[in-house]
Amino acid sequence: MFYRENGQFKTRYAADQALFPIAQDRVFIVLLLLVAFVGIPLLADEYLFRAILIPFLILSLAAVGLNILVGYCGQISLGTGGFMMVGAYAAYNLAVRVPGLNILVVFILAGLITTVVGMIFGIPSLRIKGLYLAVATLAAQFFLDWLFSRVTWFTNDSPSGSVSAPTVEVFGFRWDSPVEKYFFVLSVVVLFALIARNLVRSHIGRSWMATRDMDVAAEIIGIRPVYAKLSAFAVSSFIVGIAGALWGFVHLGSWEPLAFDVNRSFSMLFMVIIGGLGSILGSFLGAAFIVILPLLLNQVPHWLGLPISTATAAHFEAIIFGALIIFFLIVEPHGLARLWAIAKEKLRLWPFPH
Amino acid sequence: MGAFIEVVLGGLMAGVLYSLVALGFVLIYKASGVFNFAQGAMVLLAALAFARFSEVMPMPVAFVFATLLMVGAAFAIERLVLRHLVNQEGIILFLATFGITYFIEGLGPQLFGDNIYRIDLGMPKEPKIILESMFDGGILINLEDFIAAGVAALLVTFLAIFFQKTATGQALRAVADDHQAAQSVGIPLNRIWVIVWSVSGFVALVAGMIWGSKLGVQFALVLIALKAIPVVILGGFTSVPGAIVGGLIIGVGEKIAEVYLGPIIGGGIENWFAYVLALAFLMFRPEGLFGERHIDRV
Repeated sequence: MFYRENGQFKTRYAADQALFPIAQDRVFIVLLLLVAFVGIPLLADEYLFRAILIPFLILSLAAVGLNILVGYCGQISLGTGGFMMVGAYAAYNLAVRVPGLNILVVFILAGLITTVVGMIFGIPSLRIKGLYLAVATLAAQFFLDWLFSRVTWFTNDSPSGSVSAPTVEVFGFRWDSPVEKYFFVLSVVVLFALIARNLVRSHIGRSWMATRDMDVAAEIIGIRPVYAKLSAFAVSSFIVGIAGALWGFVHLGSWEPLAFDVNRSFSMLFMVIIGGLGSILGSFLGAAFIVILPLLLNQVPHWLGLPISTATAAHFEAIIFGALIIFFLIVEPHGLARLWAIAKEKLRLWPFPH
Repeated sequence: MGAFIEVVLGGLMAGVLYSLVALGFVLIYKASGVFNFAQGAMVLLAALAFARFSEVMPMPVAFVFATLLMVGAAFAIERLVLRHLVNQEGIILFLATFGITYFIEGLGPQLFGDNIYRIDLGMPKEPKIILESMFDGGILINLEDFIAAGVAALLVTFLAIFFQKTATGQALRAVADDHQAAQSVGIPLNRIWVIVWSVSGFVALVAGMIWGSKLGVQFALVLIALKAIPVVILGGFTSVPGAIVGGLIIGVGEKIAEVYLGPIIGGGIENWFAYVLALAFLMFRPEGLFGERHIDRV
């Protein structure tokens, strides 16, 4: 069956408004989910889960959150690492200080706490715009960095702010093995991707996009900038906070504020830009790119059998990483998601171009 | 009182050094609308080059060679990066300079080694006590900082004359106002970019030499960019005087906060205080103190 929407007539409004209006897309998504839920657990080994799949999924979730803010609402944020940190430490404190609290509740509460923090740091966006705002969000990053490494209450009086997540159970079911963790993370990510995908085509999402495209015009046609911008900060921070909690609890296990430093913020911004601004799919592609690329670059000297020192290898890694970022920005400034869209356009004509 | 003046003076001196780095940001933003995150990496590259060159040749020659290297880097950046990204949005260009940052951070140490190198500019290092007659115990100042401040002042004067009086400077300002209009009156955009990146490479070299002689040339120099960014937003992206005034405000504010506020709330606040200070100023003037008012049109 070719990738074509010919003959797929929509007879109901519900069909017209479907999430994936083209049947082939639905099939593709179902297949993708089958692979993710059934295929990968059968085939992948432990290293793959631990080093690639789980980080990839969690960072995708954070990228979805950031993309709502940057890609849909146009408010550039360099404080993602800080917000992830809030999520992680909020979850830690809840889990430690309120024993017996269901871990799902912990994560949701951590998300809500991050929402509040994110909205507080989002308030300047009502006055400051563009790159000035981007830099202003760095204030959030550095302040939160300082807060969690200096104020020992947040870290249960542990020196240097390093904490270990307590073992967690979901309805009496403990997830220890990478496969179980993978299932848990995957479910969360799929859920939030679905929510995000629906949210951005709702009236809230449209008000975000109007604000992004031209905030003055949006204000004139009756979109309240306060509401649009702060709701974007709220939703984005909620998702980022949950991603942060997952990153701490599921991926790292034990962490310190350094795990969420300013470089994390930068790499999150890379993900959404290289993946594609204003695209949920792009968040996943960008996360895959940023997670896998350094691992690959790390392996290349081994494969070629080049005997180079670790310092040299690290330097070349940085050089190649920088060059590739520039390369991708030049080739497709709209990100990998755009390449996918172009491929779909081509597929519609293939194999009969006339 | 003497102690307070000492703190303020120390802050002013530190501020001048921040301004030096901030100046590089402003120059490039003014002429090409690129917020150049790579400025810190350029400082590192310039300082490394100067430190290693001066090991094998006399210092003035090393200075010339390091300048040439920065001009070469400007050419490469224009040719390989900026030329392909004309008319892209600010955020894309910003991210591209991240790519440049990684590239230089890898390349610089690979070419010149990644140990800590010394630059000895022959500046007096001993602190000096002045105004002993006026205050009890006098005021401790650092002559090296004073010389650095003098160099910065000289550089700013030079740049101001360059921008205001020369034909190239006027072309730069035209490009800053409007790329298309500048092109249509025959100003070659590409050449202007090479010039402005070269000039900011030169500024990076001067900043790198001064910071390098204070701290030693090491990888941590790239973090200076993070110190200079609040200076730039406080002063306004488009204003050379803004970079100077912003640097002084941040320098003084940071020192005062460190000495008087730091002990109360647990110290280590120098990482974020500058940002919060800049943020507070931005709430009142969203384009920075000296930035151009932005008028939105629908």
